[in-house]
Order: sequence, then structure tokens, then C-alpha cells
Amino acid sequence: MIADPILEVAGLRTVFFTAAGLVRAVEDVSFTLRRGEVLAVVGESGCGKSITALSLMRLVPSPPGRIVAGSVKLEGRDLLAISEAEMRAVRGNLMSMIFQEPMTSLNPVLTVGEQIAETVRLHRDVSKADAWARAVEMLRRVRIPEPAQRAKEYPHQLSGGMRQRAMIAIALACDPKVLIADEPTTALDVTIQAQILDLMLQLQQESGTSVLLITHDLGVVAETAQRVVVMYAGRKIEEASVEDLFARPMHPYTHGLMRSIPHLAAMSGAVAERLQEIPGMVPALSNLPGGCAFAARCGHADAACAAGVPPLEERRPDHYVACWHAGTLV
Amino acid sequence: MSGYLLRRVGLMLLTLFGISIIIFVLLRLVPGNMVDILFDSAGMVDPAEKTRIAAELGLDKSIPEQYLVWMNGLVHGDLGYSYVSEKPTIEEILPRIPVTGRLALSAIGFAVLLGVPFGVISAVRQNSGVDYGLRVLSLAGLSIPSFWLGLMVLMAFSALTGRLPVYTEAPATVLDAVLLVAVPAMTVGFRSSALIMRLTRSAMLEVLRQDYVRTARAKGAGAGRVNFHHALRNALLPVITVIGLETAFLIGGLIVTETVFNIPGLARFLVESIRNRDYPIVQNLVMLTAFIVVSINFAVDLLYAALDPRIRLGA
Repeated sequence: MIADPILEVAGLRTVFFTAAGLVRAVEDVSFTLRRGEVLAVVGESGCGKSITALSLMRLVPSPPGRIVAGSVKLEGRDLLAISEAEMRAVRGNLMSMIFQEPMTSLNPVLTVGEQIAETVRLHRDVSKADAWARAVEMLRRVRIPEPAQRAKEYPHQLSGGMRQRAMIAIALACDPKVLIADEPTTALDVTIQAQILDLMLQLQQESGTSVLLITHDLGVVAETAQRVVVMYAGRKIEEASVEDLFARPMHPYTHGLMRSIPHLAAMSGAVAERLQEIPGMVPALSNLPGGCAFAARCGHADAACAAGVPPLEERRPDHYVACWHAGTLV
Repeated sequence: MSGYLLRRVGLMLLTLFGISIIIFVLLRLVPGNMVDILFDSAGMVDPAEKTRIAAELGLDKSIPEQYLVWMNGLVHGDLGYSYVSEKPTIEEILPRIPVTGRLALSAIGFAVLLGVPFGVISAVRQNSGVDYGLRVLSLAGLSIPSFWLGLMVLMAFSALTGRLPVYTEAPATVLDAVLLVAVPAMTVGFRSSALIMRLTRSAMLEVLRQDYVRTARAKGAGAGRVNFHHALRNALLPVITVIGLETAFLIGGLIVTETVFNIPGLARFLVESIRNRDYPIVQNLVMLTAFIVVSINFAVDLLYAALDPRIRLGA
């Protein structure tokens, strides 16, 4: 059974006007987040996944950035068409975001409790005391010990993992329908990473919030998501369920990503297979080649790849890929 | 925190002690003392009379001895007598404090009320017409000397209103009373406001790029709340330091402004007293100034701790 969509992104295009020229950070990206699911967006640094996330929240720094096309429909309402004031009522309320850097994402001069309570007060007509009680309750929900005490502390008194828990508490304080998590565990120690992911999944299941998880870590994707969108150079190049993508990646880039993950079997086994890297670098978004952006790094590239951008096509049920050779490579 | 306070107070006392020595020695290094000036102007030449007066004023003692006498008096609350008016020093200084205090507070208040909001606007609207306009204005504020600005303001004021906002004993109307303080205060405070504005702008630009500002936006906070509640509180720390320093510099600006606007305040009195080598007045006035400057710095440190929990709680 396929749940109904809660967030539908169609034809999203975000550009940056810079001294080096026009940077097409997000180019014609479409995807659908279903109710209660975790959708992962993966890709290398600079592939446009964070800008996609910021575009959904309409938080792209402007100038120089601007969303020039597309629609972002939250339960049918196009967020790109509403006023800034209406958008403020969406942010932190219907749709929240967690950022990569817990060390710098909290305001150093306000207590953790104040920062959580602020979100509540911005969107709910409650008294200061009730908002504070909600803040303490949220800290308890993100498994911070002695929440009443911790709420009175400042960010510098908390560890990195605790701060990210506090960020999650801020994001979930108003029971949003959609949570966007932009590399929520990248800046944390490995052991803390697992705890934070577990916590996010538990809270997601408790509350039924739909999660858009932005990450470059395929290990995180495998553990948490139901479906995956792979981005490269600002475009979506593949989309499939997690099982399907890991079992049968169709785009050469996704293939390359899979082969660059160390496997325990390979590491302990007698046949120590060398990890494969993807040759070359992500092209500069201000100066993209005419055809497939991955062609220069792809072992299968030919004249067709240089000639035109491959369209995204459904090559198998619910498995979309944008590659001229997807059919022959499988 | 209490150890920090104790250290700061100790440092304050040490600074004041050092300053007292410097004032005392410098003053006596200036050629000619009160007695010389008295005798020059009166044309008296009787050496015996001169020695008698010097002894009466305590000027015949060695410099270390004179210093001890002053310090002893200071500790016991006895500031000595003015050589010129022969009234107790305290009676000369006290009535002038409100005059200068009102002017100085209005000037710094004007500087802060103008500088901080305009700095925020300038940063939030970076590279807009408003920003460029404010930056040019602040550059002017930094470049124009206050004595020249004071004269220009006086001329403009008299040309436009036909009146001079110079000090008289009893201002006729409330408006006059306000103008008497406001016009010179703005003249002195303009430079400080320009500096505060530029500093607020750069501090705000720095803070507005921080991740926690983005977090505040992501919560759904409006522009006013993001800029003032989240950003400005963090940007204020360097600004407060400069406000403290500017308050000290203001005293220099006051000397000129009190002269231009004919205000019978401490700063003008200090200049007159130096000219007369009125040692007790000068020593104690400079000491008072030093005390105020050191206290302001102390207050700034306390304010820092109040604003930044990382300092207060010793991160």
C-alpha cells in the first residue's frame, strides 16, 4: 500500500547569481515525500542537496540565491506561492529543519529551554509557563536526562550530541508534519551518530512525522530510509526504494557510490578487494557541461552522453533513473 | 565569578594608584607654579613674601612629601582648597558635576540610540541605498572634528532660529532647557554614534551569517525577532566595549564643546585650573576623571558577563 503524498516537489530550480556567473544549484528536481515515510536524498558535497532542503523552507540566502521555478506543495498548498508571513507560520510549525552543525546552530546567549519555548510561543497561543513546560517535555522526549535542569543551561554547557538532541527538540516542538534533517549526524562522533539516528527514527514512529533526510552517508540511508533520491550536480539522477537501490543501482554514479563503501566481508576476508573511487571531481555548477553532468567521470560515456541531458525514466517499477545507458548497464 | 570580581577590583585600585602618581608628577613638571603666576601678574617681587605664600600653600615641601599630603587628604575625604577661589575643592567640583554629567550622559545616550539601530539597519540592508547613505554619514561623523561641528551647529542654529543655544543661568522654557543640553550633546555624541554605528554594522554582518540565525529563521521567527532578539544580543558584545571606551574619549570632546557652547562644566573648569596651576583642583579633577573611566571599564566587564553566559559561567 502506498501512503498518500504529504510533500510534493515539482520542477524545483534554484540558482545563485555570483561573480563567477550563474550557479544552477538545483536544476529541475522533483520528488514526493509520502506520509510517515523517511526519504533520503544522497549525493556528494556540492550536489545541491542542502540547497534543495533550504529551498523547501524558503531559507535560501537571497541575494545571491533565488528559487526561479517549480512548486513545493505541502498537503496540496504551494509554499512557493504564499506570502512570507504565511511561510513563517509554516516554518517550525508544519515543516521543521535540523541542521548539520549542532555546535553552532544554537544561540549561545539563550538557554536551551528558551530556544525550544520560543518555537512553541511563535506558533501556539500559550503562556510563557506552558511553553516552558513544553520545552522541558520535549527535552525529556529527546532523552536528555534531568530535562528541567538542562532547560536552564546554555548551549556551551551541553555536548555535541546533547545539542543535536536539543535541535531535534526545537524542530519537533510543534509536531510538524514534515521534518527536514540536513546531515544531522555528520558532525558527531560515530557512537553518537547511531544514538541520534535511533532517536530520530523512534520519534518519527511515535509522531508519524514524515522525514526528508539529507545525507552523503549511504550507511545512514540503509539504516533509516524507505526510499532514496540520488542527486548529482544539482539534478536528481536516480530514485528507488532502499532495497531496490542497494540491490540494483542503475545509474553509473550510484554504482560508483556503492563500490566506494567498505564492506566488512571484504575487509576481513582473504581477498582484500581495493575500494573503488569514482575518478575525477564534481563539476563546477557555474560551468556545467552540455550533456550528462557525470559523463566526464563515467566509464560508459559516449557521444550520446555529451550531446544531451538524459531524461529521468522509470526503468523498473518505481525505480527511476536518468542515464542514456541505464537499459544496457543493468 | 567572585574571584574574577576581586581581581578586577584589585587591578582597578592599582591603576588608580599609578594614575595618581603620573598626574602629580606631570603637573609639577610644568614650569611655573601658582606662586610664580601670582607674583608675575601682581608685579610683586618681595622674595620673603613669595616664600611665605609658597609655604602656606605647602609648595615648599619636596614632591614626595606633597604627594603624601594629597593622598592622606584624599583618604580622609579632604581635597584641599582651590588656590584661586580659596574655597574647598569639593565645593568647586561638586556643583559642576551635574552640568557635565548631564551633557556626557545625553551625548553617549544620543550616540547609542543613533548608532546601534542605524548599525543594525545598515547591516540588515547591506549594500542597499540606505546602507550606503548611512555609511557615508558615519564616515563624515568620524572625520569632522567636534570643535568645528560645534561652531557649524551654533552658526546654523542662530541663522535658522535667530537664537543661540548657549548656556544661561535659567532657561526660559522647557524647550530651551532641552536644547541647551541636546544641541551640545549631539555635537559631542555625533562622532561616537558614527563609530558605534560602523561597529554595530560589522558585528551584525558577522552574526547574521551564523548558523543560529538560520535556526531562528527556520523556527518561523520574523525579521524583527531574528535581527534584534537573536542577532543583536550576540553582536552587542564588541559594541559595548567601544561604548565604554568612547565614554572616556567623550571627556576630551567635552572640553572643546563646553568652551564653544559656554557651558560652566567640569571640562572647561579643568582647562582654566590648569592655566592657573591650581594644583588641588587639577589633581582631584583628573583623579575623578580617571576614576570614572576605570569604573566604566569595570562596568563594561560586568555587562559582558551579564550578556554572555560563556563569560559568566566560565566556559
